[in-house]
Amino acid sequence: MKSLKNEKGNCTPRRTFLKNLVLSCSSLFLPRLIFPQEKKNEAGSWMLENGYVPSEHNWGMGIDINKCIGCGRCVNACKTENNVPKVPFYFRTWVERYRIFEDRDSTVDSPNGAIDGFHEMKEDGKNVVRSFFVPKICNQCDNPPCVQVCPVGATFKTPDGVILVDADYCIGCRYCIQACPYGARYLNPETRTADKCTFCYHRVVKGLAPACVETCPTQARIFGEIDKKASPLIRFKRINKINVLKPFLNTEPKVMYANFDMEVK
Amino acid sequence: MKVLWKRIPEQLRRLSILVLLLIVLFVMIRTLLVPRDFGKYGHYRASAVDEIVSQSIHYAGREACEECHDDIAGVKSSGFHRNVACEVCHGPGAAHMEDPSGVQLTAPRERGYCPLCHEYLTSRPTGFPQIVSDLHNPMKPCIACHEPHDPKPPVTPKGCEACHAAIARTLSLSHHVYLPCTRCHQDPGSHKISPREFTPTKPTTREFCGECHARNDENTKGIPQIELVNHYSRYVCWQCHYPHLPEAQ
Repeated sequence: MKSLKNEKGNCTPRRTFLKNLVLSCSSLFLPRLIFPQEKKNEAGSWMLENGYVPSEHNWGMGIDINKCIGCGRCVNACKTENNVPKVPFYFRTWVERYRIFEDRDSTVDSPNGAIDGFHEMKEDGKNVVRSFFVPKICNQCDNPPCVQVCPVGATFKTPDGVILVDADYCIGCRYCIQACPYGARYLNPETRTADKCTFCYHRVVKGLAPACVETCPTQARIFGEIDKKASPLIRFKRINKINVLKPFLNTEPKVMYANFDMEVK
Repeated sequence: MKVLWKRIPEQLRRLSILVLLLIVLFVMIRTLLVPRDFGKYGHYRASAVDEIVSQSIHYAGREACEECHDDIAGVKSSGFHRNVACEVCHGPGAAHMEDPSGVQLTAPRERGYCPLCHEYLTSRPTGFPQIVSDLHNPMKPCIACHEPHDPKPPVTPKGCEACHAAIARTLSLSHHVYLPCTRCHQDPGSHKISPREFTPTKPTTREFCGECHARNDENTKGIPQIELVNHYSRYVCWQCHYPHLPEAQ
């Protein structure tokens, strides 16, 4: 040992130290060598039982606020289609009524999610300047905050861009409900798990439109592919000026609104 | 190798065995708890997608309805309701498609349903056809005048209400709306062409109202009836009751 010591009393020479450093650093790559990462394009060949290939699609929705009449048929159809408890406060989609008054005050209401429509309201002597209905739904964000916070991997983004919840894997911790900036999630009181709009994924993979789109009597909702050249949604984007909810959050929503008022939040 | 193991201090040797055991335990528990297909396509259980896809469908879609009901689809195809899916009014139809005779769909025939879309609301888009249902023929169901599969926009009145609109509006609130004008007023010639020359008749006797409102045993429709002989017999009916809205106090 004495022979290794130099005049200053250090026991490891520089050469040995550097050699060990390089060797120990290279061991950082060891786990990657032992467990090589699965190739990312594996999801590309993923095919569901009915022959639907998720990676070939990218779904989005367009909502024309000027066309919505606030009848609430979408809310009713959604609850029926997806067996959502038919009591207040549990909604996968709902319709809000915005009323903006002369004194710049504004109110938003959604009685029972508008499942029974709306009723005319007394305005307390104030004059309404603008009023309109805004259907709300999960925005199926391209950069979803709810997926990031899930501690168990129970909520995820499919290759076709839809955010789903694995009800079997969800532990009901409600982190995702807190994380969603659009309030689109709720805790299902029957299963005690988080639940949300799936774009009616079980219908979409079979070539059907989501229940809310199917039943909208005025075609205020448009469903289609974002990336294909020909799709009802592409036409919707071409003929309308488009806005999304809370764009400053960089969640990149895939639900696009036409004739969007600045009061809409 | 043995020399290397001996060179490690005793306390580290004992600790390393413990650490190794913990690692093995962790790997064992992880393989037990984490489903096999977790992480196959991403940080989630791949079979969850199959479970979500297997959810049953309730709304069959308008194309499915039109396969059998092509006659109604034809009526609807050119009307204002052409884009209103069948299941908006008739309810989810997948069960009916599976078992057409066993599961029957219903149609909303009462007044409450159409106003969901057509009741006047300030928030509704301008130009969308709307009514105030309290004033719009409140005694009649919507389908009495409007064919729901092919509704028509309002037309200029051609009957009595073209000139007598005020009476027609009052009458619309009364049960007497079910009676045609000619039940009480007969046109002696052509009143429509020469209104002043040919004046329609008016009832002149108590007995005319008594045809419906005198007490008899055949009253099945719940018409209010009185004893014609001793019910304020010195007056004629319209001195107290306004015939176009007798419900009014």
